[in-house]
Amino acid sequence: MSVFEYAPAPESRSIVTLRPHYGLFVDGEFTDGGGEPLKTVNPATEEVLGEVAVGTDADVDRAVRAARKAFTRVWGPMRPADRGKYLFRIARLLQERAREFAVLETLDNGKPITESRDVDVPLAAAHFFYHAGWADKLDHVGLGAAPRPHGVAGQVIPWNFPLLMLAWKVAPALAAGNTVVLKPAETTPLTALLFAEVCQQADLPPGVVNIVTGAGDTGRAVVEHADVDKVAFTGSTEVGKQIARAVAGTQKVLTLELGGKAANIVFDDAPVDEAVEGIVRGIFFNQGHVCCAGSRLLVQESVHDEVVAALKRRIGTLRVGDPLDKNTDVGAINSPEQLARIRELVGIGEAEGAQLWQPEGQLPDRGTWFKPTVFTDVTPAHRIARDEVFGPVLSVLTFRTPDEAVAKANNTTYGLSAGIWSEKGSRILSVANQLRAGVVWANTFNQFDPTSPFGGYKQSGYGREGGRLGLRAYLKES
Amino acid sequence: MTHALDPTAPGRGTPAVGLDAYADVTRSDAALRAFLHGLPGVDQVGAEARAAQLGTRSIKTTAKAWAIDAAISMVDLTTLEGADTPGRVRSLAAKARRPDPTDASCPQVAAVCVYGDLAGVARDALVGTGIHTAAVATAFPSGRASRAVKIADVRDAVGNGADEIDMVIDRGAFLAGRYLDVFEEIVAVKEACGSAHLKVILETGELRTYDAVRRASWLAMLAGGDVIKTSTGKVSPAATLPVCLVMLEAVRDFRAATGVQIGVKPAGGIRTTKDAVKHLVMINEVAGPDWLDPDFFRFGASSLLDDLLLQRQKLRTGHYSGPDHVSVV
Repeated sequence: MSVFEYAPAPESRSIVTLRPHYGLFVDGEFTDGGGEPLKTVNPATEEVLGEVAVGTDADVDRAVRAARKAFTRVWGPMRPADRGKYLFRIARLLQERAREFAVLETLDNGKPITESRDVDVPLAAAHFFYHAGWADKLDHVGLGAAPRPHGVAGQVIPWNFPLLMLAWKVAPALAAGNTVVLKPAETTPLTALLFAEVCQQADLPPGVVNIVTGAGDTGRAVVEHADVDKVAFTGSTEVGKQIARAVAGTQKVLTLELGGKAANIVFDDAPVDEAVEGIVRGIFFNQGHVCCAGSRLLVQESVHDEVVAALKRRIGTLRVGDPLDKNTDVGAINSPEQLARIRELVGIGEAEGAQLWQPEGQLPDRGTWFKPTVFTDVTPAHRIARDEVFGPVLSVLTFRTPDEAVAKANNTTYGLSAGIWSEKGSRILSVANQLRAGVVWANTFNQFDPTSPFGGYKQSGYGREGGRLGLRAYLKES
Repeated sequence: MTHALDPTAPGRGTPAVGLDAYADVTRSDAALRAFLHGLPGVDQVGAEARAAQLGTRSIKTTAKAWAIDAAISMVDLTTLEGADTPGRVRSLAAKARRPDPTDASCPQVAAVCVYGDLAGVARDALVGTGIHTAAVATAFPSGRASRAVKIADVRDAVGNGADEIDMVIDRGAFLAGRYLDVFEEIVAVKEACGSAHLKVILETGELRTYDAVRRASWLAMLAGGDVIKTSTGKVSPAATLPVCLVMLEAVRDFRAATGVQIGVKPAGGIRTTKDAVKHLVMINEVAGPDWLDPDFFRFGASSLLDDLLLQRQKLRTGHYSGPDHVSVV
């Protein structure tokens, strides 16, 4: 107990109106789904937030047909500048209703309100603003004059950044002139359905955006539908492989943004205090439910003890608990399934002989929680240095020379992101050039911007999202 | 090795070693330079982001009440004007004793800070209160005078009754890289202080970079300063949150390395309760709660106290009053 205890500072949830039942959003209207509805739960309290319709093959077919019709008759032929107007309108509505989106995201996902308020929602709006500006400038994306949209985009997104991943998918698709059928994650459908309301509010023509909720089968129906021209998926590598197989041999264009096991490399000349902040942000941001999380800390042996001690002291100040509290740093694990997966891998780490450390403190009784965790004495042969945990678990490895750092950093089947901490600019540039990772952060971590392409090497997927490169994925040369 | 950490932190077994361990560091200009330049750099973007992040803590109800009282008890109530008179200093002392005359539960401030010639007036007005008398010295605020003059200035202030001396470092020497000159001057001032507490003003607004702030902090601590202080209040920018962050990291690391706990005093520019609370949050989470104590943290301020009192009244009564409900000096 400190002399200075922060009193609870909960964000009010009164701004959000929860419904007992949520339908699918098809052709501009909310409709029932043919499947057995699923319940969506607040992972911090186990409270059932509502029942959500499940889309069957027939529902998905209805959605794809609506999207096709909208593409052919309205959205495709529309003047590009007018498409931009709709996107600007959506972006502004996201800002106007930011608090509502933030609270709902936190309720459904379990992430701290400060993160949904300061990261997820503003970035989602920023993606719409950015792509709105592109809508009438597509001649300049680098595909020659008058590039054409693919048609209907089938998009499947994960539960870690529900609204933000929606924005990454929907904004470029619409800006390029495609229409979409989007399947949100099974455990976090609510902000996507609130986004559907925003589409109505913005008078977006029916069928341009269709949202079909459900679990894996619904997602498969979206991806495998014969009239889908473009498939975009963010999620696990395992599902990504299934999708790649399903799409193989068709005319569909595919982008995949999958798992990661990013190396965060700390050299002995690093700005230590800021590096510690970057390590914390890298692995504990969003409870580590981040595909580009810096889950492998590679620290130069000569500063290992100092960095690890500083890191542990800093982790001791992280506030784990009620996600709606404005002082919470680490929220709830999104689902019991994910918690089980984290526990399994942490158990393997211990069994393999790595040293587990967790800060003092009690976790809430109800809900799904996992303490920020650091494993030291980890080697590249350990499972916790190879497998994606997708939770607040950091593996600490050491290196002696820059070459060794690069070799260890690249020794992974993934290649989504990496971090470098050094005060020496020439070293940063040289190491960054050798890293096989889509994003390399220097003296920072987990920074996102709509203008910056994001995507992976190897089993982290292919294609890029964001920036001009990301927009190109939704266009073809005419 | 340069970065020293909390010996109590898990995973670290080496005990605190005392100031003697650093005797080697100050034996020559070259050794001192090598040491200071070997301290880990500060990434400007990262430090500012961290300070901003700490500034988003939401401090409400009971926590806010505690923070306001803590902040009041940490104020060095200051008047440093050419027009200062004994009457004004006595008025300031009266306010220091009873910041809110309508509420006996309001804590008194930590110290009254004046120019050296008025230290006697302040001390007489504060007898028996436990409030310290602080005086600025060493050719404050520029520090541009010979060492003999500076030492005489300090002796004079102490002789007048100051039990805390706020000195300025020789920024010219520091920026020219003559670190040992700066060091030796602080040592000499410390000696002239006798039993008086020494606060070393780095004037961070003139040092400009966080790397320089970190180096100057270590230099002042190695030389025997009891408190490191951001600014004179006569240079802009004065105290900023990121500067305070870097200094709090320095005192935290210094205690870990030596076992000696040094205080921190941001001064100038902190005018609102919100600013003060942000500083308290930063102490709590960066240096640790041991620094949440008037012996180890001060606010150099004049108008801050008025806002703290208004916010305190608001918490107590549920409504805002106005400037006329707080005494002027």
